[in-house]
Amino acid sequence: MYAIELSHVSKKYKSQTYALKDVSLKVEEGDFFAFLGPNGAGKSTTIGIISSLVVKTAGQVKIGGYDLDEDPIKAKKCLGLVPQEFNLNVFESCLAVLINQAGYYGVAKSVAYERAEKYLNLLMLWSERNHQVRTLSGGMKRRLMIARALIHNPPILILDEPTAGVDVELRKLIWNFLEGLNRDEKKTIILTTHYLEEVERLCHHVAIINKGKLVSTGSLAELVNQLPGQSYILSLEEVLNNPTKEKLKTLSYEIKFLEEKAIEVNLLKHLSLSDLFKDLGQLDLKVKSMREKENQIEQAFLHMTKEGYLS
Amino acid sequence: MTLKETLIAFWTLFSKECYRFLRIWGQTLIPPIMTSSLYFLIFGNFIGNRIENINGFTLMEFMTPGLMMMSVISASYMNVSSSFYFSKFQRSIEELLISPTSNHTIIWGFVLAGSLRGVIVGVLIFSTAKIFIDINILHPMTFFFFLFVTSALFSLAGLINAIFARKFDDISIVPTFILTPLSYLGGVFYSVQQISETWAFFTRFNPIFYLVNGLRFSILDLSETSVNISFVVLSFLIVTLYIICFRLLEKGVGLKT
Repeated sequence: MYAIELSHVSKKYKSQTYALKDVSLKVEEGDFFAFLGPNGAGKSTTIGIISSLVVKTAGQVKIGGYDLDEDPIKAKKCLGLVPQEFNLNVFESCLAVLINQAGYYGVAKSVAYERAEKYLNLLMLWSERNHQVRTLSGGMKRRLMIARALIHNPPILILDEPTAGVDVELRKLIWNFLEGLNRDEKKTIILTTHYLEEVERLCHHVAIINKGKLVSTGSLAELVNQLPGQSYILSLEEVLNNPTKEKLKTLSYEIKFLEEKAIEVNLLKHLSLSDLFKDLGQLDLKVKSMREKENQIEQAFLHMTKEGYLS
Repeated sequence: MTLKETLIAFWTLFSKECYRFLRIWGQTLIPPIMTSSLYFLIFGNFIGNRIENINGFTLMEFMTPGLMMMSVISASYMNVSSSFYFSKFQRSIEELLISPTSNHTIIWGFVLAGSLRGVIVGVLIFSTAKIFIDINILHPMTFFFFLFVTSALFSLAGLINAIFARKFDDISIVPTFILTPLSYLGGVFYSVQQISETWAFFTRFNPIFYLVNGLRFSILDLSETSVNISFVVLSFLIVTLYIICFRLLEKGVGLKT
């Protein structure tokens, strides 16, 4: 059984434009899954359809094995949602927000209070429990929304850009918290983010969506393997002269000359770093240091969301 | 959801909505008392003494049920329309929409809280009236029935308004341009027997006339039309508006994209 299963889901607006077109996706139970895509790609629409805030035009959605159309109550109980935009009642206290949300799921007040205490403590909000939401900072509201999504103890948690606008320290607190939920409580977590380091640190599997279509899905390693090559920035010990530059151009690598002592090499998948160093050695070029031009996940993301990738 | 879970969900929503209007009682419960006190003072004492009795009652006695209805209608309508629209505006309504709470529970939660406010306002205005005149409730069951059912009816209407509303102005258009004229032309200040046939004809098409008539019967034992007709009109309107509310929520009109 999958935690989330989308089959041929589409969303077409009255203007006849597709926000999503025939998207099929499966997320394993217990997975930490990243859902990536540029702005306007269809990530939030997909999350909206799963959380029943957006009405789909076609397709089937299963949450925790329950069909959202046929068994909406059981399906909805399996899901906790942290939306991208703040959607809290600003005049309620933090505790009231959590206890009311639990109530909408039929959770008794005494149970809700215990859970609220647990999550507010873990997210360092317990001291704010009686304060009205409007007095909280953006980071606090973000954490409160995470606690709210967990108050009915759902096995699946969806977070739409949970660390957007959050400072580094707080981001790490949220990362550790989410890692703990996935590891210790075996919760399936689906995350959308623009921070690719977040994906690298937390997620096991990734799906990339662009212009309403799913362009790739798989593990992080599988995603990186789809890259045609990898770019490196090499700092050389000596200044490159023109004859050496000409010789470098004859090698089977894509080389860009950046500065007097630096080059960018795009190493295609079938070539290795040993080949590169061997060839550079033959030209008497000594490499002082080397670094990846971009993070590999970032490269894969940019590659797959490039115009015409699927065609 | 099990029955217990449904009751918890209902109680959560209902108590939250009641807490909201009780917390801001200065804005929700006091203004109708102020307004009706002024009506009692001016129409009862300053002007009322110079006006002939209507169907054997002083102007103030005759007006009291109508004034109560005007405030009850306004209070219950605004309670639901403003609360629901504000939830839409700040998107906290999503808390309910993503939850397994059924649309029936959502309607009952909002409407019963709006009805409670309407009944409280009605009772407060009646208590205020007793300060000015010697008036009693002759049919208590009918009195509370009409207060409650009128509140429920206009809570439902407020909910429909809030579902369609896209901006704050949209929730004040109906009270200003529809409810107020209907209330004033629903026999609050006059008897249909005292006006021309044409106006009496139009008044009989006004649903508020039947609500005022029902409440007037419960207090004064005076009825200008059959109380049973009032009951039938109210029941028909409530069932119709409930079905409309439910269908709108099911379709996600104004709530889902």
